[in-house]
Amino acid sequence: MLEIRNLSAGVDGKAILKGLSLSVQAGEVHAIMGPNGSGKSTLAQVLAGRGEYEVSSGSVTFNGVSLLELKPEERARAGLFLAFQYPVEIPGVNSTVFLKAALNECRKARGEQELDAVEFLALVKKKTKLLELDPALLGRAVNEGFSGGEKKRNEIFQMAVLEPKLAILDETDSGLDIDALKIVSGGVNKLRRPDNATLVITHYQRLLNYIVPDYVHVLVHGQIVKSGGKELALELEERGYDWILGDAANNGKP
Amino acid sequence: MMDTLAQTDREPAAASFFAGELGPGPAWLQTLRRQARARLEPEIGFPTTEQEEWRFTNMAPLRQWPLHAAAPAARRVGLEDIEPFRLAGDGYCLVFVDGRFRQDLSNLPGPGAPLRAGSLRAFWEDDGRELENHLARHAQGDANFFTALNTACFQDGAFVSAPANAVVEQPVQLLYLAAGERPGAAVHARNLIVAHHGSSLKVIESYASLTEAPHLTNAVTEIALGPDARVEHCKLQNENERAFHIAAVQAVQNRNSHWLSHSIATGARLARNQIQTLLNAEGAEAILNGLYLARGEQLMDHHTVVDHAQPHCESHEFYYGILAGRAHGVFNGKIFVRQDAQKTNAKQTNRNLVLSEHALINTKPQLEIFADDVKCTHGATVGQLNQEALFYLRSRGIGAGLARQMLVRAFANDAVERITLAPVRAHLEQLLTERFEGLDTSLSFHD
Repeated sequence: MLEIRNLSAGVDGKAILKGLSLSVQAGEVHAIMGPNGSGKSTLAQVLAGRGEYEVSSGSVTFNGVSLLELKPEERARAGLFLAFQYPVEIPGVNSTVFLKAALNECRKARGEQELDAVEFLALVKKKTKLLELDPALLGRAVNEGFSGGEKKRNEIFQMAVLEPKLAILDETDSGLDIDALKIVSGGVNKLRRPDNATLVITHYQRLLNYIVPDYVHVLVHGQIVKSGGKELALELEERGYDWILGDAANNGKP
Repeated sequence: MMDTLAQTDREPAAASFFAGELGPGPAWLQTLRRQARARLEPEIGFPTTEQEEWRFTNMAPLRQWPLHAAAPAARRVGLEDIEPFRLAGDGYCLVFVDGRFRQDLSNLPGPGAPLRAGSLRAFWEDDGRELENHLARHAQGDANFFTALNTACFQDGAFVSAPANAVVEQPVQLLYLAAGERPGAAVHARNLIVAHHGSSLKVIESYASLTEAPHLTNAVTEIALGPDARVEHCKLQNENERAFHIAAVQAVQNRNSHWLSHSIATGARLARNQIQTLLNAEGAEAILNGLYLARGEQLMDHHTVVDHAQPHCESHEFYYGILAGRAHGVFNGKIFVRQDAQKTNAKQTNRNLVLSEHALINTKPQLEIFADDVKCTHGATVGQLNQEALFYLRSRGIGAGLARQMLVRAFANDAVERITLAPVRAHLEQLLTERFEGLDTSLSFHD
């Protein structure tokens, strides 16, 4: 589904990703862990198409299409979704109007009929239950005045409505208390299907107790230095990142 | 060089506007007209950019125009022509085409109605007493060339009056249309709105063009609010983009009166709006709401004056500007707090969204406070579209053009929401959508 080869990218002339490679197949959950500043969020932003980041080399293929040549909206319509680490508040743009426009753009791109207001509201009702999200929030402007937890839940709610092929969760656990974490990860798990995939970006192992990954990758200095099964996350939790940093320094490039 | 320019500016200009001819009316009005004409030159003088009030708004091009008093339109203007501009549904509507009242296109209140409305001319020819108390008494044009010029030569206009305690739910629309094909037609529109003790009134004052020819509108509206009166006044200006539009709105507020003012400017090559209120008795409140959308070579100028003359009054002012292309916006917000006006609460906000690197905004608050126990705040901002918000919308599948449109629409949201008249809001939604469709190409910031 997603094939990243030797991806190098940076911002303001500063290199952050340095030849990153990763392969994700349909039905899989991959976790990317790493210390602060290792390039986790940069990877998420580059995949979503944030203009400020410059890709200097490498390729990303998404379901056979060269992802890096697409505009952000084209990537979303092709089935890519980023749950933001810091969802932005957009005063004056109503949540429902926004999400209906987004869904219908994605449906159009998939050759599906656009939903009318009644159909859309029925869908929204169903999905808000999944995330235990107060439907009253959707009468407000996008993320405006939402608590930190509500913003994160709203991200996964949008994911539930848009039904992407590949969801990238960027530090979705940060700022969540344990109850909210259970709701959010429960939602993510219910959305798992054999034909979609999830990339979970996190600093802590905690989230991976709830969203259990098939593969865990450790990102250090813009490269994946170690990959393994879910037990690798537990090892990182126990031993921290230092031993890997040591390994990476000793072994040179993996 | 400077001398030569200054010399030119001092040339008498009034003659070119109205060839010395005063407008019609009874003796008391003629007296006011003569006084106004006498003040034009040299006391006031044609505005130049050397005057602080006109620093950013150069009126000199107007003097190059072949100005003439608008003549009755050669083309026939019928009900089907005015339909797109009607915003009061089947309600009261006074239609003026090229400055002339068109009773056949208007819908006036009958004898049993809760208000009086009609052309000024009809009232001064019949019973002018109420006019005499108010007309040209509030907007005197002591210092404003165009207001004085209007007083001297307006031909006709609208009169709306709500008697004591009348609550008029249905809005009254004053619709001014320019239809003449000969370039340079000038119309001096004059309106008087009187809301007596405890009455409530909603007035939509709108200006549009049926012609592509350049024309001049010079409008003056006086609004007198009696004790406990409430007036919502919505001025909509969407004239063609070759027109010059100059307007003054002057409200005078009595005890506990409430004035809700909207100025929505989207049209004309050059538009100058002077929106003013005098809070003249305790407990009066004014809300000044404004929205200007400028594109191309348009210049949109708002000069507002909130004059707190008495204690315990409140004013809240919100002006929003959206500037694209090579447009130029001007906002100047004056707040006077006179010595007696203790416990004044005055607030002013001017926000501008600049969509192009070639657009320009000059914004200036001007607070003059002579009382010591007052609360006054002001703030002005100039910004571009939020790139983070834009990316967020696009990352969900919304195209760049629609995303920009949504953000621009969001910027104008507060101004639109303050209007209580649903048809006006719907009209604005439409206008905002049309105006900012395909923003993709009109933007020069980023991609």
